[in-house]
Amino acid sequence: MSETITETKPVTMIQALNMALADAMAEDDRVLVLGEDVGDKQEGGIVGVTKGLSSQFGTGRVKATPISEQAILGAAIGASLAGYKPVAEIMLMNFTTVAMDMIVNHAAKLRFMSGGQTHVPIVIRTMTGAGFGTGGQHGDYFEAWFAHVAGIKVVAPSNPADGYGLMRAAIEDPDPVLFIENMPSYWTPGPAPERGSRVEIGKARIARAGSDVTLVTYSRATNDCLAAAEALAADGIQAEVIDLRTIAPWDRAAVFASVEKTGRAVIVHEAVREHGVGAEIAAELSDAFFGKLKAPVKRIGAAFCPVPFSKPLETAFVPQAAGIEATVRGIL
Amino acid sequence: MSNYPKPDRAALVEIYRRADLIKQNDEKVIREIKAGRLVTPYYSPRGQEIIPSALSASLTDEDYICTIYRGTHDMLAKGFPLPELWGELAGRVTGSCKGKGGTMHLTYPAKGMMVTTGIVGSSLPIATGLAWAAQLEGKGRVSVAYFGDGAANIGAFHESLNMAGLWKLPAIFVCQNNLYSEHTTFADSTAVERLSQRAAGYGMPGVTVDGNDPEAMFGAAKMAIERARAGEGPTLIEALTYRFNGHVMGDADRYMDKAEKAEAIAADPVPRLRQRLLDAGVAEDEIAGIERANAEAIAAAVEAAYAADLPDVAELKRDVFAHEIA
Ligand SMILES: Cc1ncc(C[n+]2csc(CCOP(=O)(O)OP(=O)(O)O)c2C)c(N)n1
Ligand SMILES: [Mg+2]
Repeated sequence: MSETITETKPVTMIQALNMALADAMAEDDRVLVLGEDVGDKQEGGIVGVTKGLSSQFGTGRVKATPISEQAILGAAIGASLAGYKPVAEIMLMNFTTVAMDMIVNHAAKLRFMSGGQTHVPIVIRTMTGAGFGTGGQHGDYFEAWFAHVAGIKVVAPSNPADGYGLMRAAIEDPDPVLFIENMPSYWTPGPAPERGSRVEIGKARIARAGSDVTLVTYSRATNDCLAAAEALAADGIQAEVIDLRTIAPWDRAAVFASVEKTGRAVIVHEAVREHGVGAEIAAELSDAFFGKLKAPVKRIGAAFCPVPFSKPLETAFVPQAAGIEATVRGIL
Repeated sequence: MSNYPKPDRAALVEIYRRADLIKQNDEKVIREIKAGRLVTPYYSPRGQEIIPSALSASLTDEDYICTIYRGTHDMLAKGFPLPELWGELAGRVTGSCKGKGGTMHLTYPAKGMMVTTGIVGSSLPIATGLAWAAQLEGKGRVSVAYFGDGAANIGAFHESLNMAGLWKLPAIFVCQNNLYSEHTTFADSTAVERLSQRAAGYGMPGVTVDGNDPEAMFGAAKMAIERARAGEGPTLIEALTYRFNGHVMGDADRYMDKAEKAEAIAADPVPRLRQRLLDAGVAEDEIAGIERANAEAIAAAVEAAYAADLPDVAELKRDVFAHEIA
């Protein structure tokens, strides 16, 4: 797949992640890929992120697995304990629910429980996001669950270049990384990544500079924040958009520096608002900026219900640019 | 089973050395807890000593094991050093895990002891992954998953055996069937009579052995280990045994059949092996010497553990990630 891509043409997230996996596998024999349908015999994954890998690196290093999420992650954890760097795919984030034990009790904790004698340098790739009419069990954002567990890092790129750089960094990271990919935006082209580049885990990006309000976001919601910022700019309101890129550990320094400047913050994510990542960030902001904020910190998330099916419901469920814009106007 | 490889005299003596170490260690742990000097939940492996002692005779330090909360016997049989073991049981900095893992999470990768889990069934998927790594590496290592009869009923068992059977991984799945999972009997929790029957569903050989018989256990384990080393795939071993104590220390074990328990204890496999060695002409002095050395090593480890420092609270921030996160 990589030979059809030049470095300058825009690429999709699928292509960017494919390049990152191929580059990492070419550079380091210890990098392995496993998951359901990931081999070329199975068309390189259901959206094609792993296309070409098994042909290039062999079916020993690129393992198409049975539908066995616990065994997939157990295989990844075990292989990592022996020195490999597996990238395991859990097809959809909702399917992490049948393998929570491997993620939470084992991947995240073995370093600590072994007193640092072992560690689990795996990447767990998983996709999610509403928009495809898949209903209540195929599109949830569960990042808060994992961010709540000490010992695992959580990243969620919003664009192909970050996807590439974060994947390269995640594979090299000595700790387990949950890598969240947004499904509906897989095919949206963006600027091509620089081959070999890394995006440091734990570092946010200022996606748009501004002085009036800080929008803190990640994953696909970044695009909605940018659209809202564009609309606000027409009225002379300058919103700064911070794309966290890493949810855990999140870049406090970047967010604090922005809010120090703007005095207002809105946190936007596609996960339901209740008990979400936004609550953690809002609490930290109120702690750091109590009395200095010009307005209460606001949180925007999906409606507190299962992901609905019917199009108008699904559209209304997910945060939209218009809602973000209205929230910002409400605190100015 | 007549075609099973048999342990020679030296191997039997070595199996006894390990089994006696496990037995004496267990008795010491219980004494220390009762005396209030040691504070830890404790899942006694007493009665199950022979299984890992006989199996480990065919393992090297390069081979991997994953075990469970009850697995001090599996660990000691594989060569877990006593000072690091006792340091960990006592929550001291000298513990293999610096006191951060405890009884249920003993780990010693330098000798292939990769994971001890407190989650029923979770030794299997990770041991499967270690077997995958061993296969990729191609150096003939094997990976052993120890688990209980109760764990055979959890989904992770099914996923792991299917994957290992499918990929022909060098894994040995060793179910220590002690007839109880917590307070529930094997018969009340399992639809088949013999767990080894299930192996057929995973395209691997399955065998039920008397886990308390050192020769049978040695033979079954050696066959499975050699099969795995030769690249012929995994084996499921159901090793029949009995848990002499309740599930966890403090358990009054009222749910256990008294006659059944008395009979099992009367057939204690450790003194039985001792007698077998004597009958085979091993000198009483040699056996007594082994027992004395075990006792002295345990006593020294216990004293060293108590003399060692407790961890500094700064440890709460260490080993969460490779680099401390503010
Ligand atoms: C997933 C899970 N469910 C329940 C428990 C509680 N529990 C701990 S040990 C145990 C019994 C397990 O029995 P078995 O697998 O036969 O092992 P044994 O204790 O007999 O060695 C149970 C139910 C647990 N630790 N993990
Ligand atoms: Mg049991």
